Amino acid sequence: MATGTDPQAGTAPAAGGASPARGGVHHPSRAAIGARHLRPDRWWLAPAVTAAGLFAFVVYSTWRAFANDAYYAAPYVSPFYSPCLAENCVPMKGGADWEVFGAWWGLSPALLILIFPLGFRLTCYYYRKAYYRGFWASPPACAVAEPHAKYTGETRFPLILQNVHRYFFYFAVVVAGILTYDTALGFRDERGEWGHMGLGTLVLLANIALIWAYTLSCHSCRHIVGGRIRTFSKHPVRYRMWGWVSALNARHMLLAWASLISVAAADFYVYLVASGAFDDPRFF
Amino acid sequence: MSYDAHFRVWRGDAAGGELADYTVAVHDGEVVLDVIHRLQATEATDLAVRWNCKAGKCGSCSAEINGRPRLMCMTRMSSLPSGETVTVTPMRAFPVVRDLVTDVSFNYAKAREVPAFVPPPGLAPGEYRMKQEDVGRSQEFRKCIECFLCQDTCHVVRDHEENKAAFAGPRFLMRVAELDMHPLDAAAETGLDRKRAAQEEHGLGYCNITKCCTEVCPEHIKITDNALIPLKERAVDRKYDPLVWLGNKIRRRGA
Repeated sequence: MATGTDPQAGTAPAAGGASPARGGVHHPSRAAIGARHLRPDRWWLAPAVTAAGLFAFVVYSTWRAFANDAYYAAPYVSPFYSPCLAENCVPMKGGADWEVFGAWWGLSPALLILIFPLGFRLTCYYYRKAYYRGFWASPPACAVAEPHAKYTGETRFPLILQNVHRYFFYFAVVVAGILTYDTALGFRDERGEWGHMGLGTLVLLANIALIWAYTLSCHSCRHIVGGRIRTFSKHPVRYRMWGWVSALNARHMLLAWASLISVAAADFYVYLVASGAFDDPRFF
Repeated sequence: MSYDAHFRVWRGDAAGGELADYTVAVHDGEVVLDVIHRLQATEATDLAVRWNCKAGKCGSCSAEINGRPRLMCMTRMSSLPSGETVTVTPMRAFPVVRDLVTDVSFNYAKAREVPAFVPPPGLAPGEYRMKQEDVGRSQEFRKCIECFLCQDTCHVVRDHEENKAAFAGPRFLMRVAELDMHPLDAAAETGLDRKRAAQEEHGLGYCNITKCCTEVCPEHIKITDNALIPLKERAVDRKYDPLVWLGNKIRRRGA
């Protein structure tokens, strides 16, 4: 039956396509417009701010991860260094100080643990959008032509590995659990006595709240909790949990940035206290 | 109140064309399509433009206004920077027919590649019963008016003509998600695995979730968060998660 919608010669998807040099918006079949885009607004601002923010965090966290110094000021431990899995950690009274890697590890112990939150954020659906746009210009902004001649997306190595996000989510839950324990230890004083609270306790508390909110708002979490179910009515508890996670998920970008800033701020606070640059104000 | 606006409208066809300048009257409350119609009635009587409902429901008047994919009938003149030139071009991801009209048959070819809803065995039409919570997700996707702005803005095909063969585009991946979430779709019983097909046949892996489809959707469907990412997660269930694979194996053996 003729529907008037059958592909016409020259317009149907062609296996070979045109040469990349004349592909995209400059393909001969499309409206002949020389400009890569016609957007008069400041479309470059958002990806530029995103790239600058992520770059600043990468610089800061690289410095702190390799510093191997000033990460513990009893009872506070920097989230970059917890849990501590090597023998070369400073003793942490009652803290997550497990020497599973033994004495052979000579580098900063932060490098052993940061791989997990780093992997979680690197494969996160929000951060993927952020760095594909901000660093790789793929695309730089909507309806702004990207500069690449070829594009295969996440269909092949290495980007097909983005599919492991779910595993990093599992690890992220464990790490968040350990940071929660660290936060609880913030209610002890430097001698290990309970009933203490300082500004550092509040900093760690705010950080762990944001870390949990970001972790639970993850798209993989939303899927595992209930999204993969086809008939919600048969799983009322999971449906309700899916609703809660969906509400958080709607703010995933906000939580990604808030928790990124809070984790750096918590580490910097511990650095200031541990290096003696600042005295932790004590409430009780 | 009226004022004169400066418009640049792309005029031409597949053989070539250019942006033509017009000064045209604009009245309070008008949308871009009103101004294009005024141009048609005055200075450019042969201007080709596709439109129908003027209410944002037919999806016909898709174009690019100041470089952004939008419906002309839903873009108020008051929402554009006053005193600045308004540029209107056809959608730049599809072959141009003439002036503002493009050939969107790519989308219909892709629509045909998505296997239709498979009726559940033992239920006649009219006997389908579904609970609201089970159809809520699919209903969001049914709001789609097929304006193809998401297909137009998606850089996978907009910037790479060669990807059109392999990639269905956000609108039709959303259709796959809609059917895969449908409580009565019996595709699996017939051996059709929509999750696997999304990745292997409709090019789900090309999507890098940069959310332009969501940004331009005039129906405000959360295409990326509610359709594409859940579909990616479902493909992970099938292909990359040994825990899910093991769980399914044990459940099948126990059944």
